[in-house]
Amino acid sequence: MKAATLPRSEPNRERLLVVDPERDTFADFSIADLPQFLGPGDAVVLNDAATLPASLRADEELELRLMSELEDGTWLALTLGRGDSRVPTEARGSPRPLSRGEQLDFGSGLRACVISVEPESSSRFVRIVFEQTGSALWQALYRAARPIQYSYLARPLALWDVQNAFASRPWAFEPPSAAKPLTFETLFGLEARGAILAHLTHAAGISSTGDSALDRRLPLGERYEISVATATLVNETLARGASVLAVGTSVTRALEAAARGGRVQPGSERTSLLLGPSSKLQICSGLLTGLHEPGTSHYSLLEAFASRGLLDRSFAHAEAQGYLQHEFGDSCLILAGALRDQLRAKQAA
Amino acid sequence: MNIAGTSALVSGASRGLGEALSLELARQGAKVVLVARSRERLDPIVRRIREAGGEAHALEADLGDKTQIYPLAGAAAALVGSIDLLIHNASELGPTPLRLLLDTECEDLERVLAVNLLGPFRLSKAIAGSMAVRKTGTIVHVSSDASVSAYERWGAYSVSKAALDHLARLWAAELGGHGVRSFSVDPGEMDTRMHAAAMPDADPSTLARPADVAEKIVRLIRSDDVANGARIEVSKSGDSR
Repeated sequence: MKAATLPRSEPNRERLLVVDPERDTFADFSIADLPQFLGPGDAVVLNDAATLPASLRADEELELRLMSELEDGTWLALTLGRGDSRVPTEARGSPRPLSRGEQLDFGSGLRACVISVEPESSSRFVRIVFEQTGSALWQALYRAARPIQYSYLARPLALWDVQNAFASRPWAFEPPSAAKPLTFETLFGLEARGAILAHLTHAAGISSTGDSALDRRLPLGERYEISVATATLVNETLARGASVLAVGTSVTRALEAAARGGRVQPGSERTSLLLGPSSKLQICSGLLTGLHEPGTSHYSLLEAFASRGLLDRSFAHAEAQGYLQHEFGDSCLILAGALRDQLRAKQAA
Repeated sequence: MNIAGTSALVSGASRGLGEALSLELARQGAKVVLVARSRERLDPIVRRIREAGGEAHALEADLGDKTQIYPLAGAAAALVGSIDLLIHNASELGPTPLRLLLDTECEDLERVLAVNLLGPFRLSKAIAGSMAVRKTGTIVHVSSDASVSAYERWGAYSVSKAALDHLARLWAAELGGHGVRSFSVDPGEMDTRMHAAAMPDADPSTLARPADVAEKIVRLIRSDDVANGARIEVSKSGDSR
């Protein structure tokens, strides 16, 4: 499947592949059609994390990508070597090894000190502490850093390119991109259908290190926060027998990580939960997501919602129809019973 | 709305009404992000708030520069959490002494609109989406009587404030059903640096103190009686509540 190479200027035109595991079938729609697949009392759960600029340049030979902010105020980061954003991560040069106590200057007044280096990661996972704290840190970080870039894009991403329309706290290291096509026209359209919007915050982490051995260790523990209001809303939805639609894999992982006996526990935790074909979902009935290739951890998560056979058929169809994949591509809705009415109408005709 | 525990962002917070609003909100228990072009003038105000036991943070930003909007919104939310109260107070008067329209450079009008209209639109766009999903939030637009009266020589500022008033109404029309309040306030004539620049001959003793006006505006923010989209003349808002 081809990658979308630019953020869309008219997101409502993005295509929506609707996959119905109950009917074992799929159909083509546009993202603006999303509201018709949800009904009164269904919950649509969004990840409201804004994407922070997580890519820092120490010099031409060294890029640091922030991976996680730890409770003690230090940060985990991944090092990358020579090469700019046009070079695929796996083709970047080996970064020079950093040592404990080393000072890093990222420009614009942002400086950090290396606290530790993890030898098992070929020394590419490092823990750093910034010199600044509070508003001075955030101000300097936003001046010095850029959003993580993707080599397949036609132009560099600006900070506004990587934000969802309802983003708030900058917790995400890469964009929670499933919601990127959602305009407020569509979100309010969902509410007009009687669906309820809910939100949680999940620090979506980086998806690729460029090294397959390190990639197998992803995701690192990613923090998430589910408010009492959101947990209550989701639990009431489940009790009514209505659907809980997770917008994005980060929402799915947070809700399932917080599941206790079929109910969501509110709170602030970390999770490295990976979902796959053998996972039994407790909370999420459906998923709105972008399209990614078979063989990725993303594709594997989809198998928690639909059989491999149905997914393979749906995605082969999407590829043949020219759907676009990756962060700025088209969307896929997997929801049992989504196509029930369409099929009935077709049969009646 | 409750002020205690609220996360607030105040633009143009380094002097005049913005400073007074920040102090008053912090005094009533809000976590306040103070924004201005120069951090130097913000730091002493932040210190003052902290010494009094309040929470405040200073962020430097030029609201007329579109590249600074998302960094500002992100840094603010990182410091105090999702913003519940957004006060667009920063204003650009244009070159002084004020000029007739025919003597106004187009670039000066552009700069005034960039700070007084586009800046508030961009910042609201970056923040109000979260309010609409959370079903709570208040956006206050600081206006002027120049938005309704056509005073000679106030052209650039005047059109920007007229448009800002209408922007406040439009946010209310579109987001009122989603838990977000938006209104504009006309603070009246105050003893501020901006007023002195615009009207150097005015007698300061006849002008309102920013602290008194700020107190009244915070009362309006707390009140549930303000109609969504309203334009309120603070001097006429009285001392009710």
